[in-house]
Amino acid sequence: MYNFEFKQPKTISEALNALKSDEAEALAGGQTLIPTMKQRLASPATLVSLSKISEMRGICKNDDGSISIGGGTTHADVAANSNIFPGLVTLAENIGDPAVRNRGTIGGSLANNDPAACYPAAALSAGATIVTDSREISADDFFQGMFETALEESEIILSVRFPVPSLSSYQKFVQPASRFAMVGVFLSKFENETRVAITGASEEGVFRWKEAERALNEDFSEGSITDFVLEPSGMIGDIHASKEYRAHLVKVMTKRAVKSAS
Amino acid sequence: MSNVTMTVNGKTVSGSVEGRTLLVEFIRNDLHLTGTHVGCDTSQCGACAVHVDGKLAKACTMFALEANGSEVSTIEGQANEDGSLNVIQQAFKDHHGLQCGFCTPGMVMAAADLLKTNSKPTELEIREHLEGNICRCTGYHNIVKAILAASGQDVSNIAAE
Repeated sequence: MYNFEFKQPKTISEALNALKSDEAEALAGGQTLIPTMKQRLASPATLVSLSKISEMRGICKNDDGSISIGGGTTHADVAANSNIFPGLVTLAENIGDPAVRNRGTIGGSLANNDPAACYPAAALSAGATIVTDSREISADDFFQGMFETALEESEIILSVRFPVPSLSSYQKFVQPASRFAMVGVFLSKFENETRVAITGASEEGVFRWKEAERALNEDFSEGSITDFVLEPSGMIGDIHASKEYRAHLVKVMTKRAVKSAS
Repeated sequence: MSNVTMTVNGKTVSGSVEGRTLLVEFIRNDLHLTGTHVGCDTSQCGACAVHVDGKLAKACTMFALEANGSEVSTIEGQANEDGSLNVIQQAFKDHHGLQCGFCTPGMVMAAADLLKTNSKPTELEIREHLEGNICRCTGYHNIVKAILAASGQDVSNIAAE
């Protein structure tokens, strides 16, 4: 790993100042960035750790019923919080392993937008709002392809605001070596609409399966999507699973999500 | 170089490190506490597991400076005050929970983390909690048995395999 200058601000404004320096990068939990730096795939000149910024951690319920999760909140803290809805608890408590969950954060996961990460599926499915230091971005606009987001250089995620669905489920088919999602399906059922977001499957990163959403809006049952055939082109094909297998898994995991939604 | 100060196994320690110095490098190279192992150095194997502020963490996937001001415990801090093995360590010994022993420090730290919040874990809960710890001897069966025994559960009916 190349060396860098390490900064550990205690407030958001100090962090934003530190991020102005040349080739500065934010460090959240580091569970992806540190391995990436070891491989010299990232080599920031300055690394600005966000982990000591207490105002970026924690979970609260808003007046409108939505919940806000600080960008620096760890997966373990999300999994253990009683305000969190069922699908999101399942998701948070199954990321990586216990040690990873104690360090990795929701803000880091969303900002990285790994095509097989879990959190992007939850944010997109629930229609979350990503709150940064300068603006609010809806999840529908935030994810822009594999490892690409709407974030500007040195913009950081302060919190994520989730509307609370009446029913939700996260169904992850685990790639056993990495514990990332081979395919992960997050389903959120609201009073007026059902949203289905898929991670792990597409070369474009997380996406909404709108055909399934339309069918589930009319008839919220496994049967309503049984006859769908998902096109394998555009799916990820690698040594773990072919495009065809991932396309098939998307449907299987979506049906499981419908069945298990609570 | 930057100064770093933390509490390791109850003692205040400090040193001078680079930004890129990993916590595990500081623990092993500067403090000479070589019980914490580096197996894969890619966040997979858990041989470097320690507790940082009471929480299980992989010391190869954390910078030393991130632990500035923190309380860290390593395998060297696990024994009883008189130097005898603690309950988990003794159970690993009694139930043959180690073969080559390389993964053992991480396994013991993960087990201690589990038993802190779950005093009577099921076999499944133990296996799930060890998901980030790899034993290349594949000796999981007796590791799980040792942790069940350490939590005071009867393991007399579990066959040695």
